[in-house]
Amino acid sequence: MISLAGRDILHSWGKFVLTGIGLGLLIGATLTMAGVYRGMVDDAQVLLSNSGADIWVVQKDTQGPYAEASNIKDDVYRGVRGLPGVAQAANVTYLTMQVQQGTRESRVMVVGFEPGQPGEPGYLVAGRRLLRGHFEAIADVKTGFRLGERIRIRRHDYEVVGLTQRTVSSGGDPMVFIPLKDAQEAQFLKDNDAIIADRARTAANPALNRPGVPGLLDAVNAAQTVNRSVNAVLVKVDAGATPAAVAQEIRRWKHLQAYTREQMEEILVAKLIATSAKQIGMFLAILTVVSAAIVAFIIYTMTLGKIREIAVLKLIGTRNRSIAGMILQQALGLGLIGFVVGKISATLWAPAFPKYVLLENGDALRALVVVMLVCTLASTLAIRAALKVDPAEAIGG
Amino acid sequence: MDQGIHIEGLSKRYGAGDTAVDALKEVNMSIAPGEVVGLVGPSGSGKTTLLKCLGAVIEPTRGRMTLGGEVIYDHAEGGWKTKDLRALRRDRIGFIFQAPYLIPFLDVTDNVALLPMLAGRANAASRARAQELLQALDVAHRAKAQPSELSGGEQQRVSIARALANQPPVILADEPTAPLDSQRALAVMRILNQMASQYQTAIIVVTHDEKIIPIFKRIYHIRDGRTVEEAGEGRQIS
Repeated sequence: MISLAGRDILHSWGKFVLTGIGLGLLIGATLTMAGVYRGMVDDAQVLLSNSGADIWVVQKDTQGPYAEASNIKDDVYRGVRGLPGVAQAANVTYLTMQVQQGTRESRVMVVGFEPGQPGEPGYLVAGRRLLRGHFEAIADVKTGFRLGERIRIRRHDYEVVGLTQRTVSSGGDPMVFIPLKDAQEAQFLKDNDAIIADRARTAANPALNRPGVPGLLDAVNAAQTVNRSVNAVLVKVDAGATPAAVAQEIRRWKHLQAYTREQMEEILVAKLIATSAKQIGMFLAILTVVSAAIVAFIIYTMTLGKIREIAVLKLIGTRNRSIAGMILQQALGLGLIGFVVGKISATLWAPAFPKYVLLENGDALRALVVVMLVCTLASTLAIRAALKVDPAEAIGG
Repeated sequence: MDQGIHIEGLSKRYGAGDTAVDALKEVNMSIAPGEVVGLVGPSGSGKTTLLKCLGAVIEPTRGRMTLGGEVIYDHAEGGWKTKDLRALRRDRIGFIFQAPYLIPFLDVTDNVALLPMLAGRANAASRARAQELLQALDVAHRAKAQPSELSGGEQQRVSIARALANQPPVILADEPTAPLDSQRALAVMRILNQMASQYQTAIIVVTHDEKIIPIFKRIYHIRDGRTVEEAGEGRQIS
C-alpha cells in the first residue's frame, strides 16, 4: 500500500521543510531553555566540585558563602583543623566584582585561596600555578583574559599566569583566582582616604584616645586597618571520616555553620536557582503550548486545503483510519523535522550564549517524546475535521 | 437483465412532516452491461440525489437496487445488504467527477493503482492493472507525471482509468465533459463508449451538455424527482 502521508510530504516537501524549520527554531529555543537550566545546575555542581571541599564552614546563621554573605575570622581554620576527622582546612574569599583589563571590563568572581589547599583551581588549560605570594592570577578562559595580560583588581595590577576552565560562580560569572592575602585586601581593606578619615574619627573619640593611656590610639588604629576576615573555611575530611559527622562537630564546638556537599547542593540548586528554574519552567510550558498550537494550526490548515481530495479518497473506499493515519503521520513527520532542526540549531547556538548551556541527550530524548505527543494531540483537530468530511462532497450538487 | 444496474421504485425524501422534500419519486432505471445512458435534467431535478443513492453515499427512502446481478439495496428487506458501503463503493462502483479530482500528491500510475491497492491487491499487480488501463486510454506515456503536469483532457482520461481500476459493473459519471471544449468532450464520450464496450461496464452519465446528448442511445430525463426514459439519437462520434 502506498504511504499517502509520505507521498504528500514528498509532493510538497518545500512547504513541509519550511514549516519544519520554523517549528524547529521554536523547538531549538525550548531545548536551549532546558539547557540553560541544566547549565545553571551544572555550574552549581562544578562550583562545589572545583572547591575540592567536603565541608563549607561559614558564619553562623548564614547560608554562605555562595548564597549569602558570610564573614568569619581568618584564624578560625586553625581550630577547625584540630577537630577529629579533618584532613585539611583552608580559608577562602569570594567576591563578585568588575575587573579591568586595559579599557575592557569583565564581571568576574575573584577567589582568594591558599596554594595547595582546598579552593585552588582543579586544573589548568594553559600557563602555570601561582608561584609568588602576590599579584599573580589564574583566570577562567571565559573571562577572555590571556596569559601575560595584566588585570586590575581594586588598587593593584595582577599578571595572568594561568588559565583554567569551567570555574564559574553560581551566577555564571567566570572566576579569577588570586592569593588569599591579596583577595582579603581587595575585599576588606579600605582605601587610603577612608583610613585617614577613620583615624581622625578615632582620634576624636575620647574613649579611644585617652590622655593617660599611651599606645591605645595606635593599637585601635592598627586593629582597624588590618582586616583578618575571610568568607569561608573549606574542609577536607580524612579518608573514612563522615562529612556529616565532622560538620556536626564543627557546628557544636565552633559555633559556626558547617554544610556538607549535599546541603550545599541543596542551597545552590533548590534555593539559589529555584526562582530561575520556575521562570524557565514557565517558559518551557509556554513554548510547548505555542508549539502545539502551531502544529495544530498548520496541520489543520493543510487538512482543510485537502478536503475535496479527502472526500474523493473516502468515496473511492479509503478507510477512515488510513486518512487519520495520513494526517497523524504528517503531523509526526513535521514534528520530526522540527525536532532535528531544533536539536541542530540548539547545538550550534548554545556555545554563543554567555552562560553555560548544557544540552543533555536525556533532555533531547524527552523533548522528542514530548514533540511526538504534542504533534499527536495537535493532529486530532485535523483528524476530526477529516473524518467529518462527507464522501458525498466529491459528487457535485 | 440480470447484470448491469436495475432500480425499481427508488424514492428519496429529505426531512419530515411539512418541510419534507421528495427529491426522488418512484424512479425506475435499467442499464445493461456495456451500455452508456444519459441522465439529463435541469438543476434541482434530483440528478445528484439519484447519483448519490446509486453511489451508496446516501440511503434511499424506498425502493430496490440491483448491481451486477446482486441486490445491494432493498427497503422492504431492511435497506443496504452490506454494512460496508465503503467496500461496496470501492469494489463495485466507479466514479468520474466533473473535475478529475486526482490525488495531487500521487503520480498518474498510483492515482489509478490506489483503488486495487485499497481493495487489497498487491502493489505490483495494482500497478500492472493501472498500466493496462493507461495504455487503453492512451495516457501511458504520462504514467510517471504528477496530475498538475497533465492537460485537462489527460486528467479526465486518468480519472476514467481510476474509475475502471477495480472492474466495477457500473460507473457513475457526474458531468464529466462540463469543463471541456466540444472536441475534448466528444473525445471523452468516445472513450467512455469504448470502455463500456471493452470492459462490459454500465455507465450512467449525468449531463447538461447539449453537445453530447445526441450521442446517447438511451436517455433518462429527470424532472421533479421522476424519470422518463426515451430513446436517444445514438449519433456516432466522428
